[in-house]
Amino acid sequence: MIKLLGHIGRYFLMLYRTFGKFTKYNVLKKLIVREIDDLIIGSLGIVAFISFFVGGVVAIQTAINSDNPLLPKYLVGFATRQSIILEFAPSFISVIMAGKVGSFITSSIGTMRVTEQIDALEVMGVNTYNYLIFPKIAAMTLYPFIIVISMFLGIFGGYVACISGGFSAHADFVEGLQLEFNPFHVTYAFIKTFLFAMLLATIPAYHGYYMKGGALGVGKASTTSFVWTSVAIIIMNSFVTNLLLT
Amino acid sequence: MIEVKELCKSFGDTPVLKGINTTFDQGKTNLIIGQSGSGKTVFLKCILGLHQLSSGEIIYNNVPLTTMDDDARSLLRQDMGMVFQGSALFDSMTVEENVMFPMQMFTNAPKEEIRERANSAIERVNLVNANTKLPAEISGGMKKRVAIARAIVMNPKYLFCDEPNSGLDPKTAILIDNLIQEITQEYQITTIINTHDMNSVMEIGEKIVFLKDGQKAWEGTNKEVFKTDNQAVTDFVYSSALFKKVRKVYIEEDQKA
Repeated sequence: MIKLLGHIGRYFLMLYRTFGKFTKYNVLKKLIVREIDDLIIGSLGIVAFISFFVGGVVAIQTAINSDNPLLPKYLVGFATRQSIILEFAPSFISVIMAGKVGSFITSSIGTMRVTEQIDALEVMGVNTYNYLIFPKIAAMTLYPFIIVISMFLGIFGGYVACISGGFSAHADFVEGLQLEFNPFHVTYAFIKTFLFAMLLATIPAYHGYYMKGGALGVGKASTTSFVWTSVAIIIMNSFVTNLLLT
Repeated sequence: MIEVKELCKSFGDTPVLKGINTTFDQGKTNLIIGQSGSGKTVFLKCILGLHQLSSGEIIYNNVPLTTMDDDARSLLRQDMGMVFQGSALFDSMTVEENVMFPMQMFTNAPKEEIRERANSAIERVNLVNANTKLPAEISGGMKKRVAIARAIVMNPKYLFCDEPNSGLDPKTAILIDNLIQEITQEYQITTIINTHDMNSVMEIGEKIVFLKDGQKAWEGTNKEVFKTDNQAVTDFVYSSALFKKVRKVYIEEDQKA
């Protein structure tokens, strides 16, 4: 328990130092653009692929399990929309990103630690926290755009699966999508997406920055970072849902 | 000049450095030698300020490191150049970008001027046709040269080298040693080299500090190392048959002279 508290304390200290002495704007700008390319643009393909097909599966599962004639036909569209917007896009994709983006962040910073590149930066007088971690946080502020694409493609995947498989008619599915739409659900999804983005940028960075050991240590740190980022996302999800939806 | 006073460093309950006192002079190549595990790297990292001291003092030109605030330390670090054991070049940058990096971070000079200075540092370390290559595409010796170029590009007052010729063939190792010595004398830098290469000790050791079990066991010059009767030093420096013969010949010639 004391060890865990120690880690939490060091994590917040790392965040404090990240916003300490800033790197020169010209250098930082290039780093942020590179991180956007690596973390955001580089994740679009996998997010699009997963969202489209999982959206399809969600719609098919809903249709198969709600074939009772007493249930309205628009239910498939309605359930697909709700599950994609409220949970699948923000939370499920974030856990996947903990593996994709998180491992990348941990291993890239961890490798710099092992090869003494971080020491080299420190000797030069660079605020290594700001230089290494801030660009990742800045890039991850664009993470909600990934989630918008995920929401769209998830619902579109559900629509395509239902129509092409004959599980629902176009009019019924669209009626379900529009039924009792509450804009706050989207706000709620974006609030938690933004919080998950901060966790996705900082927890893996923490594990990379403070990793110990050689190449094996990098692998271990990546695994640990994935576990703790996922745990933090799940806990944050539960906390925010309780706070905003109940 | 760098002064070290009563330097102690422990990790938990394990003492690694036990009250080291010494000075490192400007314009000289100062060597720290000792067996693996004797505390050389920890000593170097303490001098650099990468490790917090348990007690004692590191004094840079009469200013104690411990009394410096973050800004002062940051300024001091801009006067430091460091060559790491594994070179520590930035993987994602080309050779030229690696050398340009410190200037891009800490000067407001125009890009062309930065490039010009970087290229003259690259030329100074005798690197040719490597500017656009990535660190993964060049040899170990070339990496060390790039690291030296990066370390000297800001005209530092202090140059630190952690085993600069480890993993290099003897010829390249001597070239790197000579390069460091030339640069030290040319720019009047305080250079500290952490090594256990005996060729470096004989060739460029203008001042040698020998560490044993975290303590300074001996200090002197490369000439004195031949004559010393300190058992710990002779056991370490002349552990190979070749160096024993070299020492014997040196002493005989010295007596004749």
